[in-house]
This record gives sequence, structure tokens and C-alpha cells, in this order.
Amino acid sequence: MTTLFAILFYLATALFVAGLAYKILDFARTPAPLSIPTTPAPTTRGGVVFRMCREVVFFESLFKGNLWIWTFAALFHFGLALVAVRHLRYFTEPVWSWVAFAQPFGMYAGFAIVAGLGGLWARRFLVERIRYISTVSDHLMLALLVLIGLSGLAMKFLTHTDIVGVKAFFLGLMRFDIQPLPDDPLLGVHLLLVATLMIVFPFSKLLHAPGVFFSPSRNQADNPREARHLAPWAAALEKH
Amino acid sequence: MAAPDAKAKVEAPAFREFATVPAIQPDATENIRSYVASDKIQEAIGFPGKLAEDWRETHDKAIGRMGELLERYRSLKVYLDACVHCGACTDKCHYFIGTNDPKNMPVARQDLMRSVYRRYFTPAGKWFPSLVGARDLTREVLDEWFTYYWQCSECRRCSVFCPYGIDTAEITMAGREILDSVGYGQKYSNEIIGKVHKIGNNLGLPGPALEDTLNGLEEDVKEDTDVDVKYPLDVQGAEVLLVTPSADFFAEPHIESLIGYGKVFHAAGISWTLSTKASEAGNFGMFIGNYDQLRKIALRVREAALELGVKRIVVGECGHAWRVAYAFWNTLTGIGAGANDPFAVELQKQLDPHYKQPSHICEVTWDLIQAGRLKFDKEANDGRIITFHDSCNVARASRMGDYPGGQFDIPRNIIKAVANNYFEMAPDTTREKTFCCGGGGGLLTDELLDIRVKGALPRMEALKRVVDDHGVNFMATICAICKAQFTKVLPYYGFKMGLVGGVHQLVSTAIHLGNEQ
Ligand code: HEM
Ligand code: SF4
Ligand code: SF4
Repeated sequence: MTTLFAILFYLATALFVAGLAYKILDFARTPAPLSIPTTPAPTTRGGVVFRMCREVVFFESLFKGNLWIWTFAALFHFGLALVAVRHLRYFTEPVWSWVAFAQPFGMYAGFAIVAGLGGLWARRFLVERIRYISTVSDHLMLALLVLIGLSGLAMKFLTHTDIVGVKAFFLGLMRFDIQPLPDDPLLGVHLLLVATLMIVFPFSKLLHAPGVFFSPSRNQADNPREARHLAPWAAALEKH
Repeated sequence: MAAPDAKAKVEAPAFREFATVPAIQPDATENIRSYVASDKIQEAIGFPGKLAEDWRETHDKAIGRMGELLERYRSLKVYLDACVHCGACTDKCHYFIGTNDPKNMPVARQDLMRSVYRRYFTPAGKWFPSLVGARDLTREVLDEWFTYYWQCSECRRCSVFCPYGIDTAEITMAGREILDSVGYGQKYSNEIIGKVHKIGNNLGLPGPALEDTLNGLEEDVKEDTDVDVKYPLDVQGAEVLLVTPSADFFAEPHIESLIGYGKVFHAAGISWTLSTKASEAGNFGMFIGNYDQLRKIALRVREAALELGVKRIVVGECGHAWRVAYAFWNTLTGIGAGANDPFAVELQKQLDPHYKQPSHICEVTWDLIQAGRLKFDKEANDGRIITFHDSCNVARASRMGDYPGGQFDIPRNIIKAVANNYFEMAPDTTREKTFCCGGGGGLLTDELLDIRVKGALPRMEALKRVVDDHGVNFMATICAICKAQFTKVLPYYGFKMGLVGGVHQLVSTAIHLGNEQ
């Protein structure tokens, strides 16, 4: 059991890192030949960084677009961010002080995740337009995340798992020194689902996370009269 | 020739009491289709004349072209990958609002291509097509692309509200480019592009006709004002080259704005000229998403500027033309600043660095007003109760002045400087949230009239409110396509077609020409 999970996590991590790195490099090396920020847009690099922060932290455009989706999206993503921070304690020894500080908030963030996902999922059934655009994979992705959330919450609030043992397992993995994984079916399910999430990440719409940073309509400065934007393939046209 | 019964079917939707989102009505507009370009039109601009006999050949060519575009355009690649199907954009498109056809929801329009992208370019779509909504490229899919990519005006409204800024216009452009590359072009746009190359402008007005028109204008203005305002053509060494949409030379109400530009230059004492070679600001190369056409058409302006030796380049009232000029000319032709390569420097050392290159005519007029160089008799516009329609390409794809959003303020400032009665339309229909007129992006053709009328619904509703509340009788705009489209569709909603006009039409009415006493 322990060995199987060890292999699974090495594999999942490798696919996650390699797949994501490939996609990010691919986005980065593909040229954006024309200046196409959605205006009004900042005119300087600094302004663009500020705009991007607002998009990533507050989902500014979504806020303008749809308050319901924004509310559920915010619940889910902020919850996810807190929970992710909270999970760092399984990977650090001694636990970083800011991670320790975030622990109590992270505890309830799990509920925010599930509530946010519930709202997003409900929209896929209740709102005709969104039902129309939803694919099987949209539902599966939500199911996967909800199950991860529920199994995690169950371990925290229903049965208790041996978290000292879990930590030993993951620290061990990081040092290539395999330690026994506590024998708990719920934990097994939770970890299996997380590994699945890591594996599908680079092949799915979860690419929105790196994608947002590469979106030309959001990451370009509005300065085409002051600076000449020229992609290499476009510059080559000028040679003849 | 418009099919005679196509015309009879054109119907304006009823105004909605509340701006609720319509229930979807699948395939409501599947029969509204552009005319397909003939082989003559296609071949004249270097595209294959028609689809290959053998489907396999078309299929492979289309997928191949898609692969090339994915390498060339980061926008396409990122946008096809990043959408989470959140649905925030679903109710933002005027064509969806006006037709209820779900394929006019921006994300659904993207999915027409995303489904094919997934199938051929992603592991998930190769192995689990039905899971991720991937599908093979078939003849039916290609037809669907042709229908629905020619029901998008590339207005970018959807991109404002998308959490990743996904711009459906970029997908539409790629779709049209792939269609052209397999010989499945749109008659309207490709015919116009052919005319630009052959004659110099979209309307196919040859040089002598242009000269006649301008002479006629001078006489008309003389008659009206008793002042010799000049409308010069091909004047070597003029300070300003004015590049304007060719509709300004003869269409109503466009020509009223052209008269206005001339009066502004006259009153300010700036020497200026139009050019036969660059007698078109419009650039339909953008609409069809073809970089080579976009560039070739833009290069005519560079050549004219170099030949005439002008110091400044100014663009007239046209939305997509201003996008191309403002955002793309520096890249395509070196009209701009900040370059260090020989191609662009050759032109940039000729242009006067004290001015923005290119400038919008509204920037020119507003600067002159601020400098106190223009005087107005505002009362001359008192018969008009005015509102302003932001054109999508100006609002969401360009700028005027020195700060983000100047493109909203400058035209309004001018209106308020030359007229007394001004009212805004509802804030969720103006500035960057403006609704397209319904005729942009290469849709301004008779066979698409039905979709154009329906797509105008949200703008017409907002207009109706200011007409009822404030008695508005003049909707000013700075786009040749908006002017033509509104002139045509206003009557379907019970308005007079003369309700639309240009900002410089208002300027023209009120300006003091200086030497009239
Ligand atoms: C830079 C980081 C990220 C940003 C800015 C971001 C932003 C967003 C936004 C704005 C939405 C649309 C609203 C919604 O449907 O919730 C969304 C959807 C979604 N995000 Fe993220 N996200 C990020 C990271 C992640 C990560 C790490 C995950 C998962 C592990 C994730 C999972 C999802 C899912 C599953 C959806 C779709 C929800 C649905 O089906 O309706 N996101 N994201
Ligand atoms: S660009 Fe405009 S017309 Fe096209 S899908 Fe988006 S909102 Fe609709
Ligand atoms: S708003 Fe953006 S991410 Fe959401 S469905 Fe539309 S295109 Fe996709």
C-alpha cells in the first residue's frame, strides 16, 4: 500500500511538473504579434502588473461580468488557497511560522471550498445557458474537487487520521526515504483523488491558472504608438 | 443581389421591458449566412478559389492551417486552453441577446473551434473526445464555422467580462483565416479587399471621381458658409495626411464629418491633404484575421506618407480603422514612434515627434480646442439633443490622449464644447461596456441584414430610453460602419434614420471659420 502510493505520488508529481512546465514554456515561446490589450488598459509595465494582481487576487473582470459566479468562484478559490497553505505543514519541518499562523483559518476554508463548488455546480444544472456549454469533463472536474474537499473534511471533523504519520510519509517521499503511510481508507481515497488532480492538471481547463498570466488582452501594456511590437515571424516579412 | 424574400423576413425583436437574459433557442440563426466568395474574388487576393473536391484535402489543409496559427498567435493558443466554461460571457454578446441562438454566446462560439482544437491538438481530446467535447472536423463543422464566425462582429465585449480576458474576436479571426485558406471566403469582405488593392479604397472610387467629389464639396461649403474651405488631394509637402474611411467621400451622414475635418484644419490654419493611394482608412484584413492582407493594406498609407513627405498622419472617424491605426500601424508600417530598425526609422524620422503618430481626428480637434484655436457658436446645435454611442473598436481596442479611457472622454468633451444638449445612455451600455451597432467586423452586407437588425437590439433599447426621457434626436458616433449600420436599422425600431451622425458633423455645424466677417 505504502509503496503503491509512493510510486503514485512520484508519478503524479513528475507528470504535473513536466506537463505544466511544457505548457508554460509553450505559452511563453509563442509570439503575440499584435498589440491587443482590452482597453482601457494600463500604459506601463507596472500598471500591467497591478492589473494582473487584481485579476488573479480579486477576479476583477469576473466581478464585472457575473456576481453569482464571482461569489462562488471566490469562495472556492480563496478556500483552496488557504487550504493549500495549511497543507504546507505536511511538507515542512519545522513548520514555517506564517503557515502555522494560517492554520486556524485554513481549517474552515474546506467548507468554503465545498460551498463554492456546490454553487458553481448547481449553476451547471440550473442555468440553461451554462447547462448548454457544460461538458462531461466540466462535471467530472467539479466532482473530483468536491470529493477531495469532502474526504478532507471528513478526516478532520468526523474520523481523525494519524496526521503525524501522514507528515512522516510526505517528508519521507521528499527525501527518497519511504515511510509507512497510515492505514486509513479515507486517507487513501483523499490521496488518490489528489494524485488524479495533479495528473489531469496540465491536460485540462485547469490550465487557466497559468493561462491567465499569458493572456495578451490582459498582460500587454497599452503603448503601441510609443513602442514597436514586432514578432520574429512578422519582422521576417520586412526583409523582402 | 440580395435574395428578395430574405428581405421580407427581416424582423426587429421587441424591446424587453427588463434587460433579462433570453431563454435559449437552438439554431435560431443557422440559416442566416453570408454569401460565399466566388473563385474570382478569392483568387484575386491570393486565396484558393473554392473548396477542394476531395474532403480529405480540405480537412488536412484546415487542420494544418490551424496548427500554423497556433504557433503564430499566443492569443489563440492560450484562449483555446484557458476557458473554464464558467459562463460569465454567455449573456454579453448582442447577437445572442438579439437572436437567442446559443451558438452566439461567446463561449459557445469559441467552442465551435475549441472542440476541433481539442480533438487534433490535445491528448485529452485525442483519447477521450466525448469527455471533453472534442469532435472531428467535418464538412458540417466547417459550414457551422462559416455561419457563426460570420455572425460575430469582433467587438470584444465578451473579453471585458471574461476572467482571463478571452477575446472571442481572436478566435473568430482565426476561424475566418482557416476558412479562407481552404477556399471558403466571405464574398463581402474579400471583394472589398480586392478593391482596395486594385483601386485604393473599399468603395472602388478611382482618383478622378475622388477629385470631382472633393471639388463638389468645396463648392457646397462655399455656398453654405461663403468661405473657401479646401479639400485637397495629393498635395506634396502638406503637413497633415488625413486618412479616412472612403464612405466619408460620398455616404450620408459620413460626408458631413469630412466637411467638419476640413473646417477644423481651415480654422486652425493647418495645411493638410488626402491621398488617392491612401484613400481608405478601413482595413478589412483585420476582419478576416489575415496578417498579410492587414499589412499589405496598411502599407499603402506608409507609401503615401513617404511620397507626400507629410509630418503628421491623422485618421478620420472610423472604429476598426482606428484600431488598426492606433494599435497595429507601428507594427505593420512603422507609423508611430520608438523604433530602431531601418524600416520604421525611415518613416519615423520624417514624422514630427511632437505629435502622436498617428493621431485621431478627435485628438487633433480636442487639442486645438484646449489651445483656444477653435471657436464655436454652440447655439447652432441647439436643435439637436445629443447622445454618444461608443464604437467597439475605439472603446475596447484603442485609446486617445494620454491616459487609459481618453477614448471615452475626448469625443464627449468635443461634443460638449460644440453643443449644449447632451445626455448619456445607460452606463452598462457605454464606454468599455458599449454594445456593438450590430454591423461591424465584416457583417455590413445585405444578406446579413436580419442578424444586423437583431444584434442592434441592446443599443436600440438604450437609445429608446434617452429618446423617451430626454427627447434625444441625434446619436453621435465616430465610426463609418456604425453610421451606415444605424442608418439602415434605425427604421426597423421605429426611429428616423437621420438620428445618427458624426462628432465632426456637430463640429462642422458650430465652428467659426475665422474669416467670415
Ligand atoms: C492563478 C490561480 C488561479 C486563478 C486566478 C483562478 C481563477 C479562476 C476563475 C476566475 C474561475 C472562473 C469562475 C469559476 O467558475 O469559479 C476559475 C474556475 C475554476 N478554477 Fe481556478 N483559478 C486559479 C487556480 C486554480 C487551481 C489551482 C485550481 C484547482 C486545483 C482551480 C480550479 C478551478 C476550477 C475547477 C474552475 C471551474 C469551476 C466550474 O466548473 O465552474 N483554479 N478559476
Ligand atoms: S466579439 Fe462581440 S460579437 Fe463576437 S462573440 Fe464577443 S461579444 Fe459577440
Ligand atoms: S467568461 Fe471566459 S472563461 Fe468563462 S466561459 Fe466565457 S470565455 Fe470561458
